[in-house]
Order: sequence, then structure tokens, then C-alpha cells
Amino acid sequence: MTHFQGTLLITAGVFLLLAGVTALGTWLKLVRAEGRPHPLIDNINQRIQAWWAMTLTIGLALVAGRIGVVVLFAFVSFTALREFLTIAPTRRGDHQALVMAFFVALPFQYFLVGVEWLGFQEVFIPVYAFLFLPILSAVKSDTRNFMECSGTIQWGLMVTVFCISHIPALLSLRIPGYEQRNVFLIVFLVLIVQSGDILHHVYSRLFGKHQIAPQVSPNKTIEGFIGGIAASVTLGALLSWMTPFTIIEAAWVSLATSLMGFFGGLVLSAMKRDRGVKDWGTNIEGGGMLDRVASVCFAAPVFFHLVRHWWSV
Amino acid sequence: MHPTHFMQRPVPEVLSWALTRFTRLITGAQARWLGCAPVPVQRIYFGNHNSHADFALIWASLPTPLRRMTRPVAGADYWNASPLRRYIIHEVLHGVVIERSREGSTVEPVDIMAAALERGDSLILFPEGTRNTTDEQLLPIKSGIYHLAQKSPQIDLVPVWMENLGRLLPKGEIVPVPLLCSISFGTPLRLQPGEDKETFLGRVREALLATMREARPAES
Repeated sequence: MTHFQGTLLITAGVFLLLAGVTALGTWLKLVRAEGRPHPLIDNINQRIQAWWAMTLTIGLALVAGRIGVVVLFAFVSFTALREFLTIAPTRRGDHQALVMAFFVALPFQYFLVGVEWLGFQEVFIPVYAFLFLPILSAVKSDTRNFMECSGTIQWGLMVTVFCISHIPALLSLRIPGYEQRNVFLIVFLVLIVQSGDILHHVYSRLFGKHQIAPQVSPNKTIEGFIGGIAASVTLGALLSWMTPFTIIEAAWVSLATSLMGFFGGLVLSAMKRDRGVKDWGTNIEGGGMLDRVASVCFAAPVFFHLVRHWWSV
Repeated sequence: MHPTHFMQRPVPEVLSWALTRFTRLITGAQARWLGCAPVPVQRIYFGNHNSHADFALIWASLPTPLRRMTRPVAGADYWNASPLRRYIIHEVLHGVVIERSREGSTVEPVDIMAAALERGDSLILFPEGTRNTTDEQLLPIKSGIYHLAQKSPQIDLVPVWMENLGRLLPKGEIVPVPLLCSISFGTPLRLQPGEDKETFLGRVREALLATMREARPAES
């Protein structure tokens, strides 16, 4: 399949899928819920709206090329970091560390992704931000809650900047026989994780009986977990044609990716519980940016490393 | 009221527009009018004070017709300290500049504010008197707002609660971090006939805290 045919097929497929779920969501709202508020159906419709926005944005970025993709995910990171640090506690003495996190660490990480400096991209935040940001806080000589707040800032950077930057970094991988088609890896990753998310939600609501961590998220159940993962693995196998993987390989990669995605959602829910909030933000229908990308945050680095280790040169 | 036609004063108008846009962008705050509507009537907006950015946020959150008739009350010791600050407070923000310490001033700050009200302007002021850098939600309310209300009991006082601005731009810092902030306008109050100072200041404090409680999302 040529690059052009592949692009056409994916675009058409994604739009048909979105049109289909939009029709389904509207039908559910009008017929099943008879236009009245309904938690599950309303939640699904909100997600569908967010998908349209996400698809159009990613589509435009892909058309704009490499720079477009890097800038788009830098913006996603910025919004997610902003939501994270708004809710996570920091102290007055952390102000300069926060300034550096937003205005130096974030742009520099995406600069490294942009110039394909893979080696430095993998250590900049885990090592250099980790060492230098607490120094800025320590010289302010405010020791109250020092450990929690330094940890918080580093954690925020790791999840919202380091992890998310692995999505555009997929474009930097050199995979023999897969030249010019790396953008499909991004599409594949996002589709696998998002479908796992939504099907988990649906299965949990329809068949969910056994909660996994009721204190963290009452909506996450073993039934939903199995349904969501199975759906992701099936979809991954079906979409193997857009990847450098065989069908079996695609299933395994999808399994690892969707498992990470599921637990990413769980971890970020635990954070929200800790801070006593329901959503990370109010910029997108049905929660913030971080609510939508929580699972892909955890999945992206693992997906990136699997592909890099076994398929790239 | 200030005649602000763009052609007459292009530079302050452009700066004013830029400051409004910049403040909205960096705070990500959407004004929530919980207890009153954004209509262009004369009012006194009083807010909790954590940061210099408070100033800019209330001002930037007012729709343009309201902003044109509203003047922030500012401390002379800070705002008259350099030519740039003087320019911004007088030309861009149309501030009402008052001496915070009584020494060396012959005019009562309340009289200056009351004079602005008589001209029909609305005011933005911070009844705590100074920026709150403590862990308390509010510092004690100073008596200034009571004396002002005595002089103009017919004007609504609108409580304004802002969150996170102390983290966005703490006292003494220059570069703001783009944390998400919120701003909510609460239910107006007025000085009741015969109301004493303590009761009124208590109500001012309670109005701010009530706006805070209403603005915070309840956990579901």
C-alpha cells in the first residue's frame, strides 16, 4: 500500500468511525435517554465531541508536517502541565522552579524532539530537570514541605512533558521499509489507547460488578478492564497494516500499550482523589486536557521504547 | 468618566488592550458572575488581595463598557515610585492613587475615593489594605471600606474572589507562571442604615468567603 492510499484509508476510516459513533451517541441520547440527562450517554457524547476536536487538530498538525506535530504536542503538554500544577500544591519558594518548568524545560524538551536529539531527549527531564529544579527551590531557604513540592514539580514534568513528548518523537524513529509513514504510528497509538478508554467505560457501566480500586475510581471494574483491553488488542491486530508490525506483533504491542494506558488513567485518578477534585480542568468538554490524555501519557513512552528497540535502526 | 476614544489616546488604549489580553491568556480565567450581572452600573468591586496580578485580573475580567468606567484604587508608595509605573497607573489604568500611610498626606484617602465615586466612576479596591502572603484566607478587613460606604451608601459593593493569583505571581517575583486562576463576582451588599463598623466589616469579610465557597466546585 502506498503512503497516499494509506493516508486516504485512515482518514476515511477515522471519519466514518467518528460519524458512526456520533450518530450512535445522538440516537442513544434521543431514543434511549429521550433527551433527558443520562450519566453514561452524556459522558460518551462529551467524549465524542472531544474526539472530533482531537481528530481535526491532529489531522491539521499532520498536514502541517513534522513541525506541526511537535508544536501541537508541545501545546498539549503545556495545557496538561498547567492543569497539573494548578491543582498540585507548591510553595512560594518554588516559584522560580515553576518558571523554569514552564518556560525552559518544556520548550527545550520539544526542541530536542524537533531536532531529533534522541539521546538527550531521554535524559533531559529525568536527570537535568531533576537535579536543577530543586536547587532553585533550595536557595530560597524555605524547608517546609520541601520534599513533597520538589517531587510534585518533577512528577508533573515527567508525566505531562517527558511522557507526552514521546508521541511526536515517534516521527524520529528510522524503521527500515516504513519510511515516510511514521505518522501512522501516532494515529495507531492514539486509536489503541482511546478505544481502550471508551470501551472500558462502556463495559464497566454495562457489565461492571467487581471494582478494581473503589477508593480511587468507582468506575474502573475488572469486567471493564478485560473488555477494554480485549477491544484494544483486537483493534490493534486489525490495524496492523498501518504499522511495521505483523498481526501477532501488533496484538502484543497493543496489549502492552493499552495496559499502560489503563493504569495511567488509574494513577491520575488517584492524584485527583488526593487533591479532592473531579476533573483536571474545564477547557474541554467533560474535564480537562489531562483527563483526556492521562492514559496516553503512560502508554506513549512504553510504545516508543518497544518500537525503538525492536523495529528501528 | 474618562472619554477614551482610540484616536485621542492611541498608546494607552493599545497598552490597555494588550494588558487585558495578556492577563486573560496567562491566567486562563473566565469571569463567573455568580451574584450579579456584568451590567454597566456604578459599583465598588472589592477583592481578596494576594498578588499584583489581582489588580490586572479584576480589571481585565470586566467587559469593556464596565472597564471604561472602572478605576483601580492603588497605593502611591508603589505606583508613584517610577515613571513607568506612574504612566501605567495614571494613563493606562486610570487609577485612583492614594497614600497608604497617613504621614505627610493632608487629604484623607477616603475623600479621594469618594470624589471619584461622585464623578460616576466605579472603583476596584482591596479592603485588606495589603497583599496577603500568609496561609490565612483573608487578612483583617481595614476600616477604609466602611468609611467609603458611609459616604456612598447607595452604591453596590460587589465581592470578588480570586484563586491562585498568589501562586501565579507571588509578592517580589517578576515572571508569572501560567497557572490557571479563577475569578468570581459575588452577591452585592450595601451599608445598612445605622449599621456599626464591626458588623459591616464582618459582612464584608463574610461576603468574600461566601463568594469563595460558591466558586469552588463541590466534589461529586
